[in-house]
Amino acid sequence: MANLEMRGISKRFDKGLVLDNISLKVPDGTFAILLGPSGCGKSTLLRIIAGLESHTSGQVFIDGAPVDRLSPAARDIAMVFQHYALYPHLSVRENLAFGLSMRKTPRHVIEERIADTAQLLNIQELLDRKPKDLSGGQRQRVAMGRAMVRKPKLFLFDEPLSNLDAQLRTNTRIELKKLQQRLGATIIYVTHDQVEAMTLGDVVVVMDGGHIQQADPPHQTYLYPANPFVASFIGTPPMNLWQGRLRQEGGTGIFLVGGLEWTLPPFAMGDTGSFAGHAVLGIRPEDIRLEPTTRPAIHIEASIDLNEDLGADQIIHCSMMGESLVVRASQRPLVSPGQTLSLFLPHDKLHLFIDDRRINLLPNSDP
Amino acid sequence: MMQRLLLVLGISLTVVGSLAPFVWFVLTSFKTQQEVEAVPPLWWPSGGWHFYRAALFDHHLLSYVGNSVIVAGSTTLLALVIGIPAAYVLARVKLPGKPWILGGLLTVSMFPQMAIAGPIWRLLANVQGLNTHWGLILPYVTFSLPLVIWILASFFKELPAELEEAARVDGCNTWQTLTRIMLPLATPGIFTAAILTFIYSWNEFFFALLILTQPDKHTLPLGIALFQGEFTIPWGELAAASVLATLPLVFIVLLCQRWIISGLSAGAVKG
Amino acid sequence: MSENPPNTFLSAEHRAAWWMLAPALAFTLTLAVYPVIASFILSLYRIILSMPALGEPFVGLENYVLLFADPAARQAFMVTAGFVLCSTTLELAFGLIIALVIHAQFRGRGWVRAAALIPWVIPTAVASQMWRYLFNDQYGLANLIVFGDRVADYIPWLASPGLAFSIMVLVDVWKTSSFAALLILAGLQLIPDELYEAARIDGANLWQRFWHITLPLLKPALLLALLFRTMDAFRVFDLAFVMTQGGPGDATQVLQLYGYKAMFTEGRMGYGSAVSVMVFVAIFALSLVYVRTVGSRLMERET
Repeated sequence: MANLEMRGISKRFDKGLVLDNISLKVPDGTFAILLGPSGCGKSTLLRIIAGLESHTSGQVFIDGAPVDRLSPAARDIAMVFQHYALYPHLSVRENLAFGLSMRKTPRHVIEERIADTAQLLNIQELLDRKPKDLSGGQRQRVAMGRAMVRKPKLFLFDEPLSNLDAQLRTNTRIELKKLQQRLGATIIYVTHDQVEAMTLGDVVVVMDGGHIQQADPPHQTYLYPANPFVASFIGTPPMNLWQGRLRQEGGTGIFLVGGLEWTLPPFAMGDTGSFAGHAVLGIRPEDIRLEPTTRPAIHIEASIDLNEDLGADQIIHCSMMGESLVVRASQRPLVSPGQTLSLFLPHDKLHLFIDDRRINLLPNSDP
Repeated sequence: MMQRLLLVLGISLTVVGSLAPFVWFVLTSFKTQQEVEAVPPLWWPSGGWHFYRAALFDHHLLSYVGNSVIVAGSTTLLALVIGIPAAYVLARVKLPGKPWILGGLLTVSMFPQMAIAGPIWRLLANVQGLNTHWGLILPYVTFSLPLVIWILASFFKELPAELEEAARVDGCNTWQTLTRIMLPLATPGIFTAAILTFIYSWNEFFFALLILTQPDKHTLPLGIALFQGEFTIPWGELAAASVLATLPLVFIVLLCQRWIISGLSAGAVKG
Repeated sequence: MSENPPNTFLSAEHRAAWWMLAPALAFTLTLAVYPVIASFILSLYRIILSMPALGEPFVGLENYVLLFADPAARQAFMVTAGFVLCSTTLELAFGLIIALVIHAQFRGRGWVRAAALIPWVIPTAVASQMWRYLFNDQYGLANLIVFGDRVADYIPWLASPGLAFSIMVLVDVWKTSSFAALLILAGLQLIPDELYEAARIDGANLWQRFWHITLPLLKPALLLALLFRTMDAFRVFDLAFVMTQGGPGDATQVLQLYGYKAMFTEGRMGYGSAVSVMVFVAIFALSLVYVRTVGSRLMERET
């Protein structure tokens, strides 16, 4: 297994810059997720790592060695494709053997590896079948087997679970994680599904518009999103975000949104001491309380527009003075549209962003 | 109802219209000489193979058939060997000037034969290529290439790009990707291209007329066009020769009508 | 795959790709492009093969001047233009009918399709002889059908200019309608069945469905077939050569035959080249339209 480093990777198409100066280090044995909406550049980045596409500038290093001039085959990487790309005219066994035989691996080594991999993935009975005789889940495992059999330096996954039904997706996700832990593999995994990202990844690289928005372990991106984009992309339902004006007076801040005025806990703004300008304030639906707490909190009254009952939770859509707000409640309050709800936004759960950057709100400073 | 009636009408028209003239010729080939010369003409033959024997042995039909087989067979083989890699490259590899090359090939397929007749004749004359098999095969290959490339490029385009990428990651270069992965999957296309090329080169007349100056090398269409008797046109032998010339093609059509139709109409749909 | 900056592995791949393309390009350049250019050049010379003593002087556009002044050339053009017009129109019409027939679902469809393909598959030389026989003044089926026993009324069909021309059109229509049908069939297969079903529910009868759904949606396929057949019909040669040799007189002397006779029978290579260049130009102009229409669709699927 190997580590991966990208320095200053940019990719320009006629329509514009698809990737803008991407730099990333993925240590050996890490399960790294490239997460983002479609068009953010994550697949392009993956393909650049693979060597299937060329970059306009920058360098890619695998185990410290630059690989920009090497063909995909020479980079010693293996890839699992979105639609599996199994060779239809070859049997499963021949599919698995293909990459190894192209590299002139000795016969007995190939057989050995196929046997091991087949056992690991539980596909021994499928070895003599053709891809068209396999189910979606089976094809997926064969695709993974084809990658594993090569014992490459890096595994690249391109949205491999997106073609499976929900149940299969969940099961395969778990198996994938176990497999990675067992093999200690370095994996670069592309997905737009943040649940996959959160559950599978050691590191989540959130991308948008060709830039890396944040690269951190999953819980970091959840608890301390670096900017409003990450804040709203991670977490379901998305974080409530309000655009407003911020005024710092003395040690405290006043946030104005709609017709509302909220007092915020102190926050650090560097040496200037005072600040006045545009800011974004956020809080996750699951962090809003329906009862007062001992912790300092913003108290608001909102009227209910709609209630979605998920069984275990309620998703309550409210509005206050023209601004909307979503609450996720695990209790079962009696709610109906038009009713007024008392809500409490604890200070230690607030997120503040100025100029697209996260600002620490004391007392819950970042570790 | 109305639709059924129209359909039956259409079918009858199509079948009768298509086959009747040919059937007449076939009937003629089994008549006796007197029956052929009967005025007014007779419908039914009394049956007999003598025209066929005469066509084969007195009119060198066998040698015509041999020449046609060699020429058409070689053309098909060569056109596939040259056309398939070209089609793959044009379908899948991003090259500068590709639209020009494709457009150029399309245009070439529409060249009027006369526009190149003179220079080709001179060219072949200079290299002792007149009245040889290869002298005919080379132009045939040139004019079959657009069709072969067109059909196969359409086929290759349909194959998923992921397959190719997987092959590249597995270690294949362009040539290996073609031969090991794409080719096995494109066999229907290859089959269609082969059939159409064979039919084209079997039936071709102009260049055969131009290049094959002596009867010993004549292909079937040429032989039949120049069919001579001592004083009058030997219609009976001609009919027999025509039937023999057309029979292999009729078999091909009967067996492969699906391939032919899909190949030609796919070409139309794709472009 | 995408663009390649220089000096990466992709340029090695590109070199391999060019090698795979090279033989096809070589053939095309040597045996198609070069000869056309050579014809252009030849047309600027006066070359009479039977009189080598006259040499091969460069005469510029003289051959073209002669061409435009020559009534035989004009006749050849008229014959060809008339042929193209008549045969293409009829082929599209019959092609449409045949396409509708073989598009329908019925048992034995394969046989009907095979039958429709037979005229196309017969070598033109053979078909020409066949029809020549059919319209023979003494032994022909045509006379038999039209006049039966009345031998005295038998017409020498191919001896009459008007009839000979019509028969040439007829044979070409017979031979290539099924090919036009295939091009149109492709277009028919693209029309979703649901459209017809919706129309039936809306109350449209057979003719209305044909007129309002089939025809408009077939326009691209019909256009394609039209372009293709027009270009092809301009090139007609085999038929005229084998069936009538251009006769009677020059009633069926099409352009390519006219050029062929000039070049190979009269030995006038320069003049014959000029004729062929004109035919080439006409077809080339049409092929540009063809390539634009057809090629643009292929390019669409690139992106």
